[in-house]
Amino acid sequence: MTHHLSRLFGIIALSLGLMLAVPATQAQAQVNPTASSVTEDALFDTLGPGNAAVAGRTSIADPNAGYLIKPENRSWAALQGSTLHTVSIVLIVGMIVLLAGFYMIRGRIRVEGGLSGRKILRFTAIERFAHWTLASTFIILALTGLNLIIGRSVILPLVGEATFGTMTAWGKLAHNFLAWPFMVALALIVVFWLVHNLPARVDWQWIKQGGGLLKKGAHPPAGKFNAGQKLIFWSVVLGGAALSFTGYMLMFPMQAGGFESWQFYQTIHALAAGILSAIIIAHIYLGSVGMEGAFDAMGSGEVDENWAKEHHALWVEEVQGAAAKGTAAPGRTHPAE
Amino acid sequence: MARMKFLCDADRCIECNACVTACKNEHEVPWGINRRRVVTLNDGLPGERSVSMACMHCTDAPCASVCPVSCFYTTADAVVLHNKDTCIGCGYCSYACPFGAPQYPQTANFGTRGKMDKCTYCSGGPEPDMSQAEYVKYGANRLAEGKLPLCAEMCSTKALLAGDGDIIAEIYRERVVTRGYGSGAWGWRTAYGETLTV
Repeated sequence: MTHHLSRLFGIIALSLGLMLAVPATQAQAQVNPTASSVTEDALFDTLGPGNAAVAGRTSIADPNAGYLIKPENRSWAALQGSTLHTVSIVLIVGMIVLLAGFYMIRGRIRVEGGLSGRKILRFTAIERFAHWTLASTFIILALTGLNLIIGRSVILPLVGEATFGTMTAWGKLAHNFLAWPFMVALALIVVFWLVHNLPARVDWQWIKQGGGLLKKGAHPPAGKFNAGQKLIFWSVVLGGAALSFTGYMLMFPMQAGGFESWQFYQTIHALAAGILSAIIIAHIYLGSVGMEGAFDAMGSGEVDENWAKEHHALWVEEVQGAAAKGTAAPGRTHPAE
Repeated sequence: MARMKFLCDADRCIECNACVTACKNEHEVPWGINRRRVVTLNDGLPGERSVSMACMHCTDAPCASVCPVSCFYTTADAVVLHNKDTCIGCGYCSYACPFGAPQYPQTANFGTRGKMDKCTYCSGGPEPDMSQAEYVKYGANRLAEGKLPLCAEMCSTKALLAGDGDIIAEIYRERVVTRGYGSGAWGWRTAYGETLTV
């Protein structure tokens, strides 16, 4: 009896179990390709924000060919296509407007004591050679580079697509080849002038007085280079080094890596170029129309003694002191004034 | 005028690479240049999918917005083409392209990039239609002959569709409804700012 009962229970349990199990096995047996169907959305979701690139395998050897979709590239396109375009124009035009304003208020900075007619050697021929190599290559690099950013909205409408294309192709060649003498000249000026551009106590005084730029008759003492010139030097050296490195990476993209690196280097290159160009425009202004007697330093290499005394008093003392020692005369000689 | 688009049905693509080969042959594309390529995702894993990808002829094309010489233009059929005479080979379009479309032949020393080459949607360039000059620079102009891009036309599984965006979207929707699944129009959201809803 108990045996029969247990058998009955067994059958009931089995049939119950089957009843429950049947729908489950049916669901498993039914092929549902949607479940394994990989959608673009699903892949983007798993990648998460900011890392949205779908990549896979291709039969092409180039690793970059494996990227199927990189939506983030559109952000760089917007940055390069409009933001850097605007930033470059603002930097260049802003600096020119600033300098024009400065010229109108302050005018040309004259040598207050008048020209003495006596000359002091400020830069040797090799220093001037390094400077002018750096300067001439920089100007061409800056103009051809600026052309890549703003040329299509400034020059293209004027000359037409064919001329602009040819012009820019030559500009690109010039940019690629002149980068090398630029780098050599940059290294040379570091060798020649680094020692004169180390920060000194006297620089603080110069900065506090605004370099005497804004007030007539104010001439804070300075060595061979004043704090402003030191700032220019370090801007050129650091900016030039950044431009050289990023430029090298852009010229040899396979060494730089993938798309993110190229976008990064291009952005840094354009920004550094814009900032350095603005600084150099100010430097060109002060070295030419902005200040009487300043151009001679890089022109003939010899500056007027009165100019030197006004702007680089400590350097004049140093040079004339050395000269005096050379002639075995004790103390410093002061020319009659 | 039509708004030409590509649509690759990833549930049909079998990674045969015939589209790649047909493209190379039709346009006599130089060695090393791949106007179209097939990318396999989750290779060897469950849910493996292959997608044939080329220039998607984007709306508001990022290549055009970064080109320093403005050599890109969009045709009446919404195909994004470029002028190789103007192109300086700077490479910016390849940095900007979400689909890896721009290609560069190595033409000079130090690996200098030549003029950019990419999918033309089989519709040539700015030269007169079907002229020899156009063929040499951009390949065949099938659109001018009243034909659609060869990659899609000869696709053995009809995975790759080319034609007016509304028409190919409708074909794809019918497929998805009929078979009950679909992994979507790959790249459409990035290229056209809108995705295909079934």
